[in-house]
Amino acid sequence: MARNHVTTTVNGDEYEFLCDTEQTLLDCLRDELFLTGTKEGCASGDCGACNVMLDGRLVCSCLVLGVEANGKSIETIEGMAHGDELHPLQQKFLELNGLQCGICTPGILVAAKALLERNPDPTETEIRFWLAGNLCRCTGYDKVVRSVQAAAEEMRKG
Amino acid sequence: MATKDPKDLIEDDEDHGPQQGVPLVDNGEFSDLGFDPDRKLKIVGTTPIKPDGVDKVTGRAKFGADTQLPGMLVGKILRSPHAHAIIKSIDTSEAEKLPGVKAVCTRDDFPDIKPGPMKDISYICMAREKVFFDGHQVAAVAATSEKIAKQALKLIKVEYEVLPHVIDVMDAVKDDAPILHEGNRPKGIDDWPEDKQTNILERAEWSKGDVEKGFEEADLIVEREFDTKPMHQSYIEPQGCIANYTEDGQFELWTCTQAHFVYRSRLAAILEMDISKIRVSVSELGGGFGGKTMFYAEPLAAVLSRKANRPVKMVLTRNEVFRATGPVAGTHSRIKIGVKKDGKFTAAEAEMYFQTGPFTGSAFGNAPQACFTRYDLENIRAYGYEVVSNRPKVNAFRAPCVPQIVFGVEGVVDEIARRLKMDPIDLRLKNAATEGYETVYGYTFGPVGFVETLKAAKEHPHYKSKLGPNQGRGIGCGFWFNRGGETTASLNITPDGSVNLMLGNPDVAGSRGSIAMMAAEELGVPFDKVRPIIGDTSSLGYNHSTVGSRVTFSAGMAIVRSARNAIKILCQRAAKEWGVPEDSVVFEDGYVRPASANVGDFEPLSVADIAKKAGQTGGAIAGHAEINATGAGPGFGVHICDVEVDKETGLVKILRYTVVEDAGKAIHPLQVEGQFQGGAVQGIGWALNEEYIYNEEGRMENPGFLDYRIPVCSDVPMIDTQIIEVPNPLHPYGLRGVGEVPVVPTLGTVANAVGDAIGVRPRSLPMSPPKVLQLIEEVEANGVDEPYAA
Repeated sequence: MARNHVTTTVNGDEYEFLCDTEQTLLDCLRDELFLTGTKEGCASGDCGACNVMLDGRLVCSCLVLGVEANGKSIETIEGMAHGDELHPLQQKFLELNGLQCGICTPGILVAAKALLERNPDPTETEIRFWLAGNLCRCTGYDKVVRSVQAAAEEMRKG
Repeated sequence: MATKDPKDLIEDDEDHGPQQGVPLVDNGEFSDLGFDPDRKLKIVGTTPIKPDGVDKVTGRAKFGADTQLPGMLVGKILRSPHAHAIIKSIDTSEAEKLPGVKAVCTRDDFPDIKPGPMKDISYICMAREKVFFDGHQVAAVAATSEKIAKQALKLIKVEYEVLPHVIDVMDAVKDDAPILHEGNRPKGIDDWPEDKQTNILERAEWSKGDVEKGFEEADLIVEREFDTKPMHQSYIEPQGCIANYTEDGQFELWTCTQAHFVYRSRLAAILEMDISKIRVSVSELGGGFGGKTMFYAEPLAAVLSRKANRPVKMVLTRNEVFRATGPVAGTHSRIKIGVKKDGKFTAAEAEMYFQTGPFTGSAFGNAPQACFTRYDLENIRAYGYEVVSNRPKVNAFRAPCVPQIVFGVEGVVDEIARRLKMDPIDLRLKNAATEGYETVYGYTFGPVGFVETLKAAKEHPHYKSKLGPNQGRGIGCGFWFNRGGETTASLNITPDGSVNLMLGNPDVAGSRGSIAMMAAEELGVPFDKVRPIIGDTSSLGYNHSTVGSRVTFSAGMAIVRSARNAIKILCQRAAKEWGVPEDSVVFEDGYVRPASANVGDFEPLSVADIAKKAGQTGGAIAGHAEINATGAGPGFGVHICDVEVDKETGLVKILRYTVVEDAGKAIHPLQVEGQFQGGAVQGIGWALNEEYIYNEEGRMENPGFLDYRIPVCSDVPMIDTQIIEVPNPLHPYGLRGVGEVPVVPTLGTVANAVGDAIGVRPRSLPMSPPKVLQLIEEVEANGVDEPYAA
């Protein structure tokens, strides 16, 4: 069976790729575009390691088909920094040790960025419930939440 | 242990507790690496950004599944649908005919290894006569696409004869239990009847003093039984690897592992190759916690690559990770402690059963050695049984087999405090082991920080805060040996004076940064001038795995010795340039200087000054070290937990949690705090939610993160930490190791808090809502449990 031709925008650049109909957006990003910053932890939408933005909406890319991305705009972890200037979330995760092994970090950063774009001053509870779909086994979440709080504060200052 | 047989390596590595063959006491071999309390530190104790950090926040870091090779095939594994069955036949002919299939492997492609640990490891990777659990690997396929590989799996015909199975550890020791290994004779039980079949693999005991006499002297004896369930390490990264066997008989493996040197030795045995022809490179490691010390897909990918003459990539699914990779042993235990009226313990006894899966590997010997160690007990009898059942072979997890038993021990200690009406920390202070205590495993404590840790917990604002209705507070404490072991390091000073380190241990949470901090401190250069990488198995001498809280300790010693070796060369070069004797110069704060004014008036030379001229003064400047580190300092933690229990649903909410632990010295305090916090939350998940659910056919019913629920961000509060620093005198920076201890007290601490809230102490994990609700209903019917009355 012929593969599907998909045209999509990833981190501002236009890309084309071929994929099987049943291939997930996660697999397309990783295996067709070699954007391996987006991770697979479960392939069932339970861990958030594959979080990307699809037309401005936070999604688990393992629950989206590659063909659904046709004509749409995708933002992944690879597009988060601008040149060598890290996003404040990236910077605070580094400074406050918001990551240990780092496998969940891309998904958490993408999700946290989506949170701060809609709520620049979230409470600790709001952060914890927003990130409840992003599993982390190393940190116990303490320094993850603190990093998001610190980044929010810095971003509010402008 | 100068030369290593692969079998020796395996036996060493399966025991994640105190080292085999390494003296526990200081033998003077590392007298050059002792602790200097007067040393002024510039870098150690600060919190620089870790060297692997930026790549991990930008998506650049490459984990096990994140790379490709030209011509790469995709491998998939066929797994047993049965918990226990004889494999009567395997027919792969249809699968081999499918276009795109390049290789198929079964038991026929694996050598028949003589009985022993290596045979068991090989058997887990590829079933032979029988399958022993749902998910056991029985065949594998390499094809040009994942789709074709999956199709091919469906074409493999396996004929099974299903056998009765057994899942639970206490069911497995019953006389009428299905037997996994016919003719098994339990080790450590001399009078076992000749004709009696058993699932017990081994009995191990550690004892000291006179336990009967100790119990006779007691004014109060508390004896209780406890159960814990297996939990999965639940690293977020499923195992992923690429195997590449080339036509000239060399083999390269890229994989996510805590144990690349051990994988190499085991692969050499399975592939029947020279060790030197196997090169294992480590990817970034997306969590391990002990679970990535055992391989599963790697030998299959290796065999498929050899058959297909192509690289083969294999990545496990989460379903496969849960069903077939090693969880933690479930346990049943009986704990008995005798105590005088004044609170002094007189004797302690533990009888323990550990569920190991179909083969040995639980490292259950840790538990009898560690379960009471922290209390100043003269009379101890602690013995355990390792028991096989039809579940995946267990694997290491932070402090293997110890938290499960401490869950019971700390429950009994809590009950004693209640019955004697003593403060639970005061009771522990009265019984705290101190320097000079001889442990049940024969090691005598040097300076240890248990008393300091208990006192800090007692003074902590958390401990003095008030509780509301339906809330409870628990205290618990724990111990881990910490470890040393074989470790190598290489340090190269580049021509501009910046420094490369090659380290031999996969970095699970930040060790390479802490080791680089120690190197920078030694050399007197800024931290960002030191760049560490993890070497592959062909680039360094043998390293023991990343286990047992050994890496920052042992590799710290190796890197300090490497740096000091390089400093000797720096001094020689400067002396040569100045034309003075080598012993007339000193190295201080990154500069070689004349030792005194008498030597002459020379401008001090920096590391960079000397490195720049290395080509003219004798060649590159480097230091390396190959050690078998001893002197690991015992670690102790005390936890405080507040919970609120919903009396209608049985749901337990963690309100506040504090970890107080002796780190010896925190090299990077934020990373040490991270270990405390992560360990505590893993323990909270184990205590409250995590368990394997098997159906009547012995198949796991919850092999996914939706139904096997690890703690999520909204389940837990901030985890408060307090780092105690009682230096380990046998380490140049005084550190002890902090990876294992934080999980040890957690199960018991949370259970003590729940008991305080509901009036009966849970003795079975997990404390899931239905089980807690049942306890609440019992209390409503019969009143609170006796120790909670008044």
